[in-house]
Amino acid sequence: MAEIAFPAPDPEILARRDAIVAGLARLVAPECLITEADGRRPFETDALTAYRRLPMAVVLPRTTEEVSAVLGFLNAEGVKVVARGAGTSLAGGAIPQEDAVVVGVSKMNRILDIDYASRTMRVEAGITNLAVTGAVAADGFFYAPDPSSQLACTIAGNIAMNSGGAHCLKYGVTTNNILGVKMVLIDGTVVELGGDALDAPGLDLLGLVIGSEGQLGIVTEATLRILHAAEGARPVLFGFPTSEAAGAAVAAIIGAGIIPVAMEFMDRPAIAICEAYAKAGYPLDVEAMLIIEVEGSDAEMDATLKRIIAIAQAHGVTTIRESRSAMETAAIWKGRKSAFGATGRVADYICMDGTIPTGRLPEVLRAMEEIATGYGLRVANVFHAGDGNLHPLILYNINDPDEQARAEAAGNDILKLCVDVGGCLTGEHGVGIEKRELMTHQFAPVDLEQQMRVRAVFDPAWLLNPAKVFPLEGRWQGR
Amino acid sequence: MSVLFPKDEAECAGLVGDIAGRGETLEIVGGGTRAGLGRPVEATHRLSSAQMSGITLYEPSELVIGARAGTPVSTIEAALAEKGQMLPFEPMDHRTLYGQTGEPTIGAVAAANVSGPRRISVGAARDHLIGVRFVNGRGEVVKSGGRVMKNVTGLDLVKLSAGAHGTLGVLTEVIFKLLPRPDASLTLVFRGLGDADAVGLMSLALGSPYEVSAAAHLPAEADFSGRTLIRIEGFPASLAYRRDQLVARLAAHGAAEALEGEAEGALWARVRDCAPLAGDGTGEVWRVSVAPAKAAGFVAGLSEAGIVRHFYDWGGGLVWLSRAAGALDDGAIFAAAARAGGHAMLVRAPDARRRAGPVFQPLSAGVMALTAGIKASIDPGHAINPGRMYEGL
Ligand SMILES: Cc1cc2nc3c(=O)[nH]c(=O)nc-3n(C[C@H](O)[C@H](O)[C@H](O)COP(=O)(O)OP(=O)(O)OC[C@H]3O[C@@H](n4cnc5c(N)ncnc54)[C@H](O)[C@@H]3O)c2cc1C
Repeated sequence: MAEIAFPAPDPEILARRDAIVAGLARLVAPECLITEADGRRPFETDALTAYRRLPMAVVLPRTTEEVSAVLGFLNAEGVKVVARGAGTSLAGGAIPQEDAVVVGVSKMNRILDIDYASRTMRVEAGITNLAVTGAVAADGFFYAPDPSSQLACTIAGNIAMNSGGAHCLKYGVTTNNILGVKMVLIDGTVVELGGDALDAPGLDLLGLVIGSEGQLGIVTEATLRILHAAEGARPVLFGFPTSEAAGAAVAAIIGAGIIPVAMEFMDRPAIAICEAYAKAGYPLDVEAMLIIEVEGSDAEMDATLKRIIAIAQAHGVTTIRESRSAMETAAIWKGRKSAFGATGRVADYICMDGTIPTGRLPEVLRAMEEIATGYGLRVANVFHAGDGNLHPLILYNINDPDEQARAEAAGNDILKLCVDVGGCLTGEHGVGIEKRELMTHQFAPVDLEQQMRVRAVFDPAWLLNPAKVFPLEGRWQGR
Repeated sequence: MSVLFPKDEAECAGLVGDIAGRGETLEIVGGGTRAGLGRPVEATHRLSSAQMSGITLYEPSELVIGARAGTPVSTIEAALAEKGQMLPFEPMDHRTLYGQTGEPTIGAVAAANVSGPRRISVGAARDHLIGVRFVNGRGEVVKSGGRVMKNVTGLDLVKLSAGAHGTLGVLTEVIFKLLPRPDASLTLVFRGLGDADAVGLMSLALGSPYEVSAAAHLPAEADFSGRTLIRIEGFPASLAYRRDQLVARLAAHGAAEALEGEAEGALWARVRDCAPLAGDGTGEVWRVSVAPAKAAGFVAGLSEAGIVRHFYDWGGGLVWLSRAAGALDDGAIFAAAARAGGHAMLVRAPDARRRAGPVFQPLSAGVMALTAGIKASIDPGHAINPGRMYEGL
């Protein structure tokens, strides 16, 4: 299996690097422009660390006006732009190109307004996901989408990837929790999409922009929906003798009309890795575990749990452990949320993100195991079971090119399987470079061409994050 | 004018391709119950989705349903009711407002992003629409999204389709995610509150941990007595607990009665369908989206606009307004909505009025340019529902 390709850098642009950098220096303060190779190095990759490209320059503007001036200039110069938040993309979405300038929003991280009466807040897009909730938590509120990377990742990145998290089963993903954005188009035009009211005044351009992976413009501000937290929340661990039984229990719970806040799945390898790291009291003698969280008053949680436990028992659950304290709850979630990091301590991994109809869970888990074994590799599974969003972590050694190639091939096979059973390539991490060439497996040529025609409305010259999402071959270039 | 009834998606694509290829135009009709929504379309053909009907996928344990665009909403709701599930966003039925008798279709619910009172707690039609198939202005069948709840594969043309009022292609199939129907429901009714007080009460309720599913305020002029409604849903023990907590928390706004059962359902159907402003079917009706905190101030500032009645849904986030048809300056409502950071839509008015002036909130130049570009990228010949949202598009 071939390495993921990058387009060859444009020699004409590389030759003009000095002039381009000088032009940028006229637009932003010196501390907002990084030109030295050492300074640019941290921006050469994201969480898909197997791939790296050193950008020509990095700009970290402080205001929307600066972003506008920078994009206007780069557009006029025909220079490619890769937007960046915190660089935690698992799909290579933020990996630059040698002939591109990185425009990062990390210096734009202020909270602009909090309106509890309307349950919204306005932020600059470079603020981290956790800082948003942190700002309103003391008043009992929270911002619902909670990617495991929330300590580092930015709202800008969340918007670009339509990120999700463990609690999205009940509260929806990013696109369901954003009311408006301010965005700078490639020619420097600043547009407001949506606002602090519900629904769009015209076409739902906001819905189009969320999940567009930095291809339509650079988001500088956002209005977020915030919610009051429930009175209490209690995660419960359920251990099952087989993955099939756990999967069937998930379907039965939803079928019974219960929507817990979260239903997270881990298989035996993942449980062992996370327990070693977080000491959360996960059962080590089971093949599969579900973390199911319920919310409400104590009595409400008891009542809901009673029904869930009955269903779990009907599916042969062998261990049930309820959190008895805030500390236990924190440990249970720490284990789950650090699953990727903990895995990274035992091996290199690539994290897949396919989504499948939940009814196909048992058969897909079995097939994934077979695929990995076929390539001589191991997988650990942690995923959002309630919505069928799988995260098989394929373990490999990054210093062994053959093993890396096999890991990528196994990943591709798994994603194709997800599509073949009626699902999709990516549920919350985005296509990036990683799944770009698989898009033709999910979409027919007309589907992709229609998407590219829409893309071209925003970026006719393919300057914004151009190496991502769409296969490098067959790009629609205009009438 | 000929009315075309394609029997399936392939035939539909052929018809659209032929019509567009000849430089002609078409208006899409579903059940015709929302013909009054948007600007009147002047087209050479009318294309009906009526024969593209039927549920294509229903997996209760996965909370997902798919159907061809012409499927009656009633068919969908009956199938869901059988399994104790529902379309979460409680779609409005426009027949009350327009005095229509047709059968609303699921395609139009998607196309017009039709939601109702539960929108404030669970999201709109656009939040639950997870997959579409449509025919673009080149006569091509395009799919976007799918049947799974989480999907960021490629650009989200699903969201673009929701609320495009058919201007971005003929929807042929739509897939929605669902929720279980709650076991029970209860509405707290407060009486005699002024607008600002009522919106304050609704904000307090919606900003509580007690999962309010809907909140509306019907001032005396729109209702026989003036009522503020706070709805909660769930299993009975939970409902009783949250009722008590809310009553205590909201006590400063007065005593509450509890409404349940059929009377409760009927009242929320009136709110959902804008029945308080339906009148004799002739006056203008507007809907305004605004941040709840600004809702009462927005209404108070409308004295010049000749508003006769109004009420609030979505905790104040949706303001319905009515006034006599004609004569008055419509710029006033758009301008007031914009000043409040929101946006207005003229939902009911005579055809002549909707032809002559804007129906949707005028957009900024930048957003209008993107809108025009997207229309052209999907329907280059402006063959499908031309002018439905904006003149010349
Ligand atoms: C350990 C770990 C756990 C994770 N867990 C989850 C999880 O639970 N759920 C989940 O959904 N994801 C998860 N992720 C993936 C990742 O954190 C998310 O995709 C996140 O939203 C990326 O945010 P970021 O700020 O790091 O963006 P970056 O990685 O910097 O960028 C991501 C994409 O956004 C674009 N972009 C950045 N800023 C802008 C802007 N201002 N305007 C337009 N486009 C922009 C970039 O070009 C790129 O395409 C995880 C990642 C890691 C490493």
